[in-house]
Amino acid sequence: MDHLKAINQKARRIQAHVGASVAANGGAAHAPASPAASDPDALDVVGLESRQGPHIPLGCSLVFAPGWEVDSTGGTAGLCQPVERDLFDCHLACFWPAHVPDQLNHAPDWTGKCAAAQKDWRKIDLIFP
Amino acid sequence: MSTTVAHEPTFLAQREFHPFEAGGETFLYLVPSAAVFHLDEPSLAVLQALDAGAASEDALVTALAPRLGETAVRRSLAELMRVQAIGLTTAPKETFPRVLPQADFPLTTMVLNVTNKCNLACTYCYEYGEDKIVDTTCDPAPNYMSEETAQQSVDFMFEQSGDLPVAHLTFFGGETLLNFKVLQKTVAYARERARELGKDVDFSLTTNGTLLRDKVIDWLAENRIGVTVSIDGPKEMQDKFRVFKNGMGSYDYAMPKIKRLLERHNTRPIGARVTLTRQTLSVKRIFHHLRNEIGFWEVGFAPVTTADQRGYAIEDAGFDHMLDQFNELAQEFLDFAVEDRHHGFSNVKDTIEEIHKGVSKAFPCGAGLGLMGVATDGDVALCHRFAGSDDHSIGSVQTGLDRKRQFEFLGHHHVANKTDCSTCWARPLCAGGCYHEAHVRYGDTGVANLHYCDWIRSWTNTCLEVYGEIAVRNPGYLEQFEA
Repeated sequence: MDHLKAINQKARRIQAHVGASVAANGGAAHAPASPAASDPDALDVVGLESRQGPHIPLGCSLVFAPGWEVDSTGGTAGLCQPVERDLFDCHLACFWPAHVPDQLNHAPDWTGKCAAAQKDWRKIDLIFP
Repeated sequence: MSTTVAHEPTFLAQREFHPFEAGGETFLYLVPSAAVFHLDEPSLAVLQALDAGAASEDALVTALAPRLGETAVRRSLAELMRVQAIGLTTAPKETFPRVLPQADFPLTTMVLNVTNKCNLACTYCYEYGEDKIVDTTCDPAPNYMSEETAQQSVDFMFEQSGDLPVAHLTFFGGETLLNFKVLQKTVAYARERARELGKDVDFSLTTNGTLLRDKVIDWLAENRIGVTVSIDGPKEMQDKFRVFKNGMGSYDYAMPKIKRLLERHNTRPIGARVTLTRQTLSVKRIFHHLRNEIGFWEVGFAPVTTADQRGYAIEDAGFDHMLDQFNELAQEFLDFAVEDRHHGFSNVKDTIEEIHKGVSKAFPCGAGLGLMGVATDGDVALCHRFAGSDDHSIGSVQTGLDRKRQFEFLGHHHVANKTDCSTCWARPLCAGGCYHEAHVRYGDTGVANLHYCDWIRSWTNTCLEVYGEIAVRNPGYLEQFEA
């Protein structure tokens, strides 16, 4: 590094570590370049990478409720559950009951014709308050 | 609900660090890595340009390139990103991983409370005073540790020290020398066990100095036992709180013995440990008395541990006064260090060593981890300050460590749990401060010691400045910390 000088032992370890990863990237540190050019990871958007490795959908939480995520290509085809499942998900796992009808009292048969959301989601009734 | 993936312009912003100036140069103390970097003109300009808020790389280059050159600006940006002094606004916030040590983390230091009796009655004592946590008069534990318990403790220490080649055994009290007979036998036993195990053992003790007879001093010297004397300074300060049970001050009684100790015990450096109170805050005067007039090798200070309503508790103005004097002493220390001379203000030296190593603490100290305290009955506590407290016991030397309790404690006390600390730049060194202090002050070992945050940050900044200036003017001095 030309502009930062490591002073303590920890800084020297960081410098050695950074030096090693820069060398592994073909010595990009010595070219006048943007952070993106000198470090391919620097400007990447977390969660949208399409490189090899475990796929973690953008916006994924511990409750694995896909629907509003995208897959590793930015589309919805590769999700582990169909995007349509999200219709039910609002009141099942997402703590967001206001967006679906009250199925206990007002609209018990709201999903009566929808046996499998992935296939039958168009059959879900419209409900008017 | 669907997500559109937008390609926003990339904005760069400052991440967590503490800048400081020393010797006419600017340095960065990075948090949480605790790395110290020196900044040159372009990298400093880049950081300052981000003082006002996030900016795009192009905007920074446009603003700074005419003065510093595009290459220098872009390289500075890249370097600051690599050490995480700056980062993308879209990047997740750096988290402090809550990693617990391995279950067989070795014990480096064991503190034996060989007695809970004392021949003094210091008003502020955390063991007997108003803030005591163990009632030693009603407690069934013996007042003096038996030879048998001491030997079991030694065995326990070696067993828990794992593969470490050296074990450190510290004797504490009460007044340690009240149980001199057991001290002698324990040292002999520990040496014998160490020889059998092919290890080394190192001894130290803390005493109030009143029982240092010649015979005791010679034994301490022969056995290379490190000695720390609890003493509060010149007569009028020592006698304010460090008194016998009849109220008589202990200075006149202890000082001739302490001088004799300093004269005869030449095998180890001898330190003084001062408790500061509202009434005894003349730090510089105390230091020069103990270091130069009496001849201690090192003098360390700590504010009294107390609930805040006590008459001797240091109030806010007192902390400021204390800090001013600490700063003046730190300057003295710096002048000595630049000339490679020993000064003896141990508070600054200890902190500088931690800064140089880049220590970033998950726990404020080694209590319950690499250090444990043993009560007179053999109960193992987090540290000597909790010895004898059932609430803070993590096993006993007879039945072994209660690993479950130990790790519950560690899990609960990790700095990542202290939300107050999560935005503080001084947390790599402080990590919330002393558990015992927190217990006495707030009734909970797990909370951060918020009453001295400002003080800690100020003091840490002073130590960083001293460190930076030594790095500029006499970097060779720092090599002693590179063990």
